[in-house]
This record gives sequence, structure tokens and C-alpha cells, in this order.
Amino acid sequence: MATSKALSFQDLILTLHAYWGKQGCVILQPYDMEVGAGTFHPATTLRSLGPDAWNAAYVQPSRRPTDGRYGENPNRLQHYYQYQVIMKPSPANLQELYLGSLVEIGIDPLVHDIRFVEDDWESPTLGAWGLGWEVWCDGMEVTQFTYFQQMGGFDCKPVAGELTYGLERLAMYIQGVDSVYDLKFNDAGVTYGDVFLENERQMSKWNFEVADTDKLLRWFKDCRAEYDQCIDRGVPLAAFEQAIKASHTFNLLQARGVISVQERASYMGQVRDMARGSCEAWMKHNGWAA
Amino acid sequence: MTDFLLELRCEEIPARMQVKASDDLARLFADELAKAGLKPSAIDSFVTPRRLALIARDLPLETAAVSEEFKGPRTSAPAQALDGFLRKTGLTQDQLEERDGVWFAVVNKPGRAAADVLAQAVPAVIRAFPWPKSMRWGAASQTTESLRWVRPLKGIVTILGEQLVDIEMEGLRSGYATLGHRFHHPGEITIGGAHDYLEKLRACHVIASHQERQAIIAAKADEAAAAHGYSVIEDKGLVAENAGLTEWPVPLLGDFDPAFLEVPPEVIQLTLRINQKYFVLRDTDGNLAPAFICTANIEAKDGGAAIIAGNRKVLAARLSDARFFWEQDRKTSLADHAKKLERITFHEKLGTVADKVERVAKLARWLVEEGIVGASAPAKAGAQGDEAQPNSGLLPLQEHCGAELATLAEQAARLCKADLVTEMVGEFPELQGVMGGYYARAEDLPDAVADAIRDHYKPVGQGDDVPTAPVTVAVSLADKLDTITSFFGIDEKPTGSKDPFALRRAALGIIQLVIKNDLRLRLLDLIIYVSRGNEGDFTQRFVFEDNFRDWLKAGGEGDLAAVNGILLRGNGLALLDFFADRLKVQQKEAGVRHDLIDAVFALGGEDDLVRLLARVKALQSFVATDDGANLLAGYKRAANILKKDAPDLSSARHPGLEPGSRFFDDAEGSGTPDQVRGDDAADALSYTHEPAEADLITALDAAEPRAAQAVAEERFEDAMTALATLRAPIDAFFDSVTVNDPDPDKRASRLALLARVRDAVHNVADFSKIAG
Repeated sequence: MATSKALSFQDLILTLHAYWGKQGCVILQPYDMEVGAGTFHPATTLRSLGPDAWNAAYVQPSRRPTDGRYGENPNRLQHYYQYQVIMKPSPANLQELYLGSLVEIGIDPLVHDIRFVEDDWESPTLGAWGLGWEVWCDGMEVTQFTYFQQMGGFDCKPVAGELTYGLERLAMYIQGVDSVYDLKFNDAGVTYGDVFLENERQMSKWNFEVADTDKLLRWFKDCRAEYDQCIDRGVPLAAFEQAIKASHTFNLLQARGVISVQERASYMGQVRDMARGSCEAWMKHNGWAA
Repeated sequence: MTDFLLELRCEEIPARMQVKASDDLARLFADELAKAGLKPSAIDSFVTPRRLALIARDLPLETAAVSEEFKGPRTSAPAQALDGFLRKTGLTQDQLEERDGVWFAVVNKPGRAAADVLAQAVPAVIRAFPWPKSMRWGAASQTTESLRWVRPLKGIVTILGEQLVDIEMEGLRSGYATLGHRFHHPGEITIGGAHDYLEKLRACHVIASHQERQAIIAAKADEAAAAHGYSVIEDKGLVAENAGLTEWPVPLLGDFDPAFLEVPPEVIQLTLRINQKYFVLRDTDGNLAPAFICTANIEAKDGGAAIIAGNRKVLAARLSDARFFWEQDRKTSLADHAKKLERITFHEKLGTVADKVERVAKLARWLVEEGIVGASAPAKAGAQGDEAQPNSGLLPLQEHCGAELATLAEQAARLCKADLVTEMVGEFPELQGVMGGYYARAEDLPDAVADAIRDHYKPVGQGDDVPTAPVTVAVSLADKLDTITSFFGIDEKPTGSKDPFALRRAALGIIQLVIKNDLRLRLLDLIIYVSRGNEGDFTQRFVFEDNFRDWLKAGGEGDLAAVNGILLRGNGLALLDFFADRLKVQQKEAGVRHDLIDAVFALGGEDDLVRLLARVKALQSFVATDDGANLLAGYKRAANILKKDAPDLSSARHPGLEPGSRFFDDAEGSGTPDQVRGDDAADALSYTHEPAEADLITALDAAEPRAAQAVAEERFEDAMTALATLRAPIDAFFDSVTVNDPDPDKRASRLALLARVRDAVHNVADFSKIAG
């Protein structure tokens, strides 16, 4: 659907910021830690708990070491961006607000086929689940739309609505390019490849080949120990950061292929315990009943 | 009489839930009305992604008045009894009626307005709605008690005739307004009632009927395909799914680069159908066409050009991925892929998938070497004997074929799970087997091996194709047998409704393979084989009694029936019973009368499924004949007399050595040693047989050995024919001979004769289990 005035990658972000800012969302900056998805940002994970209203939008770089392809696959990256909106309680017109954002970035729903296709979301790691859809635009999934029902094993009271846009994918569609590296990053001739291609090459190599697995294993243990200390000392936000670090370290270990099938379940169980434990401590810290 | 319209509008209902939800709505609504005594002449229900609706036809405006009468205590009863009755009925004493010293309460319920009934019924239906998964939303979800619905419920329309039925629940208030198509008519529309609902929606680009949308999709997809010289590969599930994703379906045809057709067609079909919900097309030659049909939900301003372009792009990216996997996977041989199976756990206690593959490979070879699989192979190595055969020149060739078959089966088994670690199967798990078959062919493995890899999961249920190619049969059978014996070995047996490892399905697959290919698989031989383990250690996975184990250790060769005191217990026995049960289920599903199955199974002593079924089949045809029916009647009469007058003779022959076992024949094979046999008794008779009695003895003397021999030679039809000769003598016997003769000798002799009749019949089946 390339048109002469298709948004550049950065303008896509700026347009979404402006739009969701107008809807009352706090426009946050990315969380400064490696996470696998925007949902791990405490602005979603922790803020989706408890009774207080909370509306926020932010870009979150997401790292998925095993998805790295050394910059050789036009669609797969070990580092990419998600655009995340969280609104609690979920507004009655959240679908309409979302569709409004599509119009804002140049998708006319009377030209393009927009569909809400069942896709329930579950993150065993976060002890979280919700019901919703993947939103299709002309057969392509562009957004995950979820009504959170539980987080960290706790019922969401009230329920938050979460939107996760896949920014590169959306931009590729709007700009009509076949490779992520060909995306216009801005209107001054800089491409996504100019910014990130070398990162993909080097980081894929590090993720798959270089990362020192002994250190990674130690880091994981250290995160666990630090997490315990944070819980004991009553700082659940810091505890949650250790859960995030442990989770990413586990993902790196997976990419290095050093975790056996049997060990895998145990590592995942530990990350889950940390994430849930942080949520529980956060609830307690705020005086919220389960 | 008037019509009632109900519409429940919500955010997009998952496509797979819509049809059932529509039925549930009609059912629950009818139930609620029935409770109040209201009955519509018909209920039409409708469903789209954004609404569930129904129209109840010809509702009376009010329910009929009812009068109910309750009987109370006697007037002489203590005061507390009367007080209790008054509390229960909510009446005062002067409202009661006295009849013959007993208090009666008559409660008159006037008719209720239909609108009131509906105002109660609709919220009750909403609250009780059985969604497979439901959720909370919005500000109300501050508490977990808030209303649950499949997705947020947005609006309620309840119009009786043209009158609004006022309903307020959970912050929603019913009204006349609904919404049309999300994009074509985003504004509100006002509904007048049931009479204009469908037309108004249609005018606003919503086709309320699921069936109508399905019909439109099917017809327009066919039309679009035909315009390009293609035809749609029929897929009713996909039509229904697309009808569940659209309120205004518009099928559009797009094409893809024919170069992608080098990828196996199964992959392309799955990419189109599962990932994209597109219809797959074929050209006039029946080959996959390089085109697809997607179903849009709008009448696009540009006629759909942008939608087709977008979908083409998405599909091209997916097919590129698929082609990449196809190329990537073929760079590694299946044998090398198979090595990675060491990293996948099959089951905690059963090792890795590689371990399973090793077991399956050995078992597949064993099945061929034992002559269980392999059409032209000798039944048993020893059965050929040392005798010079007229066609002995062919023997080496046959042996060569058998050896080759065993090698092929083992080879195929070693590779059959290798595709599980390929990229393509990682992406499309449903292509397990199929991809292995393609990869095997791509590296020029023998066709028989490639076919076996492709088809070894088959059959996966009643109605699926059952393999017949010997290599495939060996691998398929070995895979399933290994799964069942392995899980039984670690005591993971199906119980009740729980069958987490799908062992029942595996057993059904084995039964189908055995029947279709007429395989002589003795389950006992199998248990012995899998129990041997690597070192001949029989304690490994099944538990046998000591003497059985000793026999096995001593060599364990020869016919099992020749071995006295064969006992096994624990899981080995459970396994035999499990197969017997599965076979019964399978036969019942195949339409065989269950009493006939029971009649054959009651004999016990059989672990050969083919022979068991041959017996069932012969019995089935026999009881349908006149002779069969009359023999059955005669048998039943004999059995009844024995039961009444000779309880000591009346226990039917159940030769299992182990209580509960249905399989073990005793050593002699047919003995009833404690019973007085008619022929023995005859020698000592002090009286002369009556003619009919003598005739029956003669007939038995002739029929018994014939039937027994026929059974031994597995000519079950002939066994039945032999028994049929008893019919006339039995009838004559009952017509002219008195069993209960005052002379105790005569009586004993005749009872023994009847026991003999019964036992003869039991050579073939336990007729007492047969109905009629």
C-alpha cells in the first residue's frame, strides 16, 4: 500500500504517541532493560494489578535471541520494537480507539480489510492470561489486542486492555517494502538497515556463538539470589527487575543451546516464581487484597 | 400473539464458537420461557461476529392463569403443624379450605404478561450462558462478580411486537438501537421489531444468518475461481470459519508466484488454509493452482485491489518461509536429523524419542522376522520344517525377500520420527510423517521406506486409511505397539476418561492394521518379546509369575498352549484385557451385535485378534440362519434345565487359568474334567436309550469332533455347520424325551447329555451370552 506520503518508521511512532497521548495515556520511554516483550515493562506487568486507573503508551525494544538471523532474513530480528498501549480499566470504546489509531497512521478501513480474529493470550512465565484477538489487516497480523484477566496469578480488578503493535511489520506494510532493512527510518534517506543491520549481525553472533555460557549460568543464579534479597527487604520493583534479568539470561542460554529439555522446565519455573513473587510482593506493598 | 426480537451485541465472538452459541441461545431462551409457561411457535436464531440474535414467533401476550392446590395437616393436628403449613404457603388460616378434616390451601396464580416473563428470562439467559471461555471487562470488573461474556457485551435489543421490553443489567439498558457493519455503517440504527430486523441489518451491510453468509461465500468463491479457470477445493469448515469472521463476506481471488509450487502441496495448502484462512484452488488438471481466495469483510472502495495486494504480500512472505524450510531441511539427511531426537524427551520414564525410535526399529524388524508382517513370508521360520519342498528352489528367494523386508522396515523405523526436528514440521506439526516422506524421497531412499515414513502414523482413527504396504505396516504397527507396551510397562494405563497418551487410539490403530492385513499377531508373543529387554531380563517391564519366567529363560520356544501353568500377572495381563476391550469397542462401532462379541470373548483363551474376529463373523452369519436360531433355542432350553436341575453341571466352561483372564486356555485346550461326560455314563447305563436320545448321542458323536477339528483349523463356518446338524436331534429330543424322569439314572444320564450339547456348542461360542 505504498503511497507517496507513507509514514517513515519514526513518524509512525510519533503519530501513535500523539494519538494515544490525546486519549489520556502517559507517554513513557522504553524500559531500560532487556525484555522479550512490551508486556514485561513494569508499566504493564505491575500496573495492571490493583484498583487504580492507569493509561500508558510506550515503545519497547524487545529482544528474542533465538529469533536472530544474522541480518539475513527480511522478517526476523533478534531485536525489534513493539508499541504498547495499556488502559485500565479497559474503556468501553477501546476497539474504536484502536481503529482510530489505524486511520491516523494511514490505514483506511473501507479500503483495507480489518478483522478481529480470536487469539487468546497466555504467559505462563508471568502467570498471566487474557482473551482477545489478533487484528488482521489484509490477512496480516498487525496488533495483539488483549483484555487481561489475570497477572502474576492474581485476578485483574479491574481488567486492563492491552494493545501491542508490531511496529516493523506495520511500517513495512504501510511503506510497501519486502525487507525490514529497506524501511525508511526517517524522511531524510536513513533506512532501518542503516541503523540496525550491523547490530543484527553482531548480536546474532553473540547470542548464538559468543556469549560465555558459564557467566550466563552464574548471572542467572545471581539474579535469583538478588531477587530473594529484594523480596526480603521489601522492594518488589527491584525484585521484578531481577526477574526480568533472569528471564533474558534464560533466553540467552536457550539461544546458546546449553539447556537440556529437563533443565528447561526448571529454569522456566524459577523465572515464573520470581515474576509471580514480585507481583505478590507488589500487591502486598500496596495493600491490595488478592 | 406476537413476535419477540432479542439481540445481544458484543465485540467479536470467536468464529469457532458462533454456531453452538446460536443454538445455546435458542435452547436456553426456550427453557426459560417454558418455566413460565410461555411457548413460541418457533425460534429462529442468528449469529454474526458481533451479535447473537433470535426471533421467537407467535408468543401469547400473557401466560395462562394456574391454580395449585396443596394438602396440609389434619384439622386435629397440633397447632405447630398448621403454623408450619401457613408459613409454607404464605396464607392465613381463614384462606384455607377444610375438607374431611384436612386443611387445603388453594393458590391461584394469575397469568403474567409476556413482557414481564421476558424481562426476567433474558437476564437469566445471559447470566447462565455456557461460553467455553468467558471474561470480565471495563470499570465493572473492579469485582470478580461482574458479568462474564465471551467478549465485552455492548448492547441489548428486546422488542416484543413493537414494544420495548425494558431490561437493565450490569450497566446495560435494552433499547431499539443496534449497530450495522463496523465500517460501512458505524452509526446506530433503530430497529422496529422482529419484522424489520433482518432487512434493516441487511441495508446496513450485515447478513444476520450464518447459513446465508456461508452460502454466499461458497457461491462467490466458486464463481471467482471459475472466472480464472480454477475450481475451489471444497472445505466446509473453512466456509463456516469465514462466515464467522465476516458480517458482509466478499470473496476475492489473488494469485501467487507459480515458482512456489515446487514446495510440497500439503505445505502450501496448510499455509493457505490454516495460517491465512484462504480457499485452495486447483486447475483443470487437478493440480494445485497458484492462486487463493480470501474472504474480506467489506465492499472495498477500490473493488478490493488493495486487499488482494496486501494478502498476496503476506502469502508471499509465508510461502518464502515455507520454501526456505523446504530447502534448509533437505540440506541435512534424515539420518542426521534423527540424531537430534536424542534431545527430545519422549517420556520422563521412557527416555528420549531416539530411545523410542531404537525400540520401534527392533520391533519392526522382529515383526517381519517372525512372519507377522510380510505377505509372502512364511508364517513362522520353523513352520517350513526341514521337509523337502517341491518349490524349494523358491525358498532362498523368499528368505531373501523377508530379509530385505526386515531391513527396509528397520531402516524406515529408524527414520520415521526424524522429521520432528525439521523446521517445516516445527512450523506445521500436522505435517509430521508427510514431510519425512518427502525428505526421504528427496534423498532417494527406496519408495517403500519413504511411504512407510509418510504413512506410519496411520490409521489415526475409525475411517482413516489403513496402510497395507508391508514396510509401512511393520513400522506403523511397531510404533503403536511400542507406545502401548511402554506405557503399560511403566504403569501408565488409561483409566476411565483419562487417556493422556492416547493409548486407546493406538490400540484401535493396531486392531485396524491387524484386521485389514489379516496379521497373525499373538499378543502373548509380543509381550514376551518386549519383556525380554536387552539381556533377556524379563522383570524389566512386565511382571510374570516365576514359573512362566523360568520357562521363558529356558528358551521359551514353542507353542504357548503346550506349556502348563503359564501365568502372568500385573501389566501383562492388563495389556491383554485392554486389547480385548478395545476390540469389543471397535467391533461394536463396526456394527457387530455386542452379544455376539460377548459370546466369543466369554470363551477366553484367545490372544489372536484375527482368529477371534473370524469366530465372531462366522457366529454372526450363523445366528442369522434358521438352523442357527433353532440351535440357539435348543441350547437355551438345555442350559435352563441344567441351571435348574443340575447346578453342579451348569457352570459354563471358562477355561482361564488366571481369574479374570480372558485369554488363557488351559493345557488340554478343551477340558471339562470334573464333569460327567455323557459318553462315559452311557457305558454304565442300566436302561435303553429312547430313539431321540440315541439319535442325539449319535449326532453329538459326529458333530463334536467335526466342530472341534474345524475350530482347530480355524474353519469357523464349518464348525457352525457341524453344530447345525445338532439342531434337528435336539428338537426331537425335547419333543419326545422327558429329562426329569423319576428314574435317577435316566435323569442323570439325560442331564449329562444336555451338558454335552452345551459343551459342544461352547466349542464355538458361549451361546448363553446371545440375546433372543
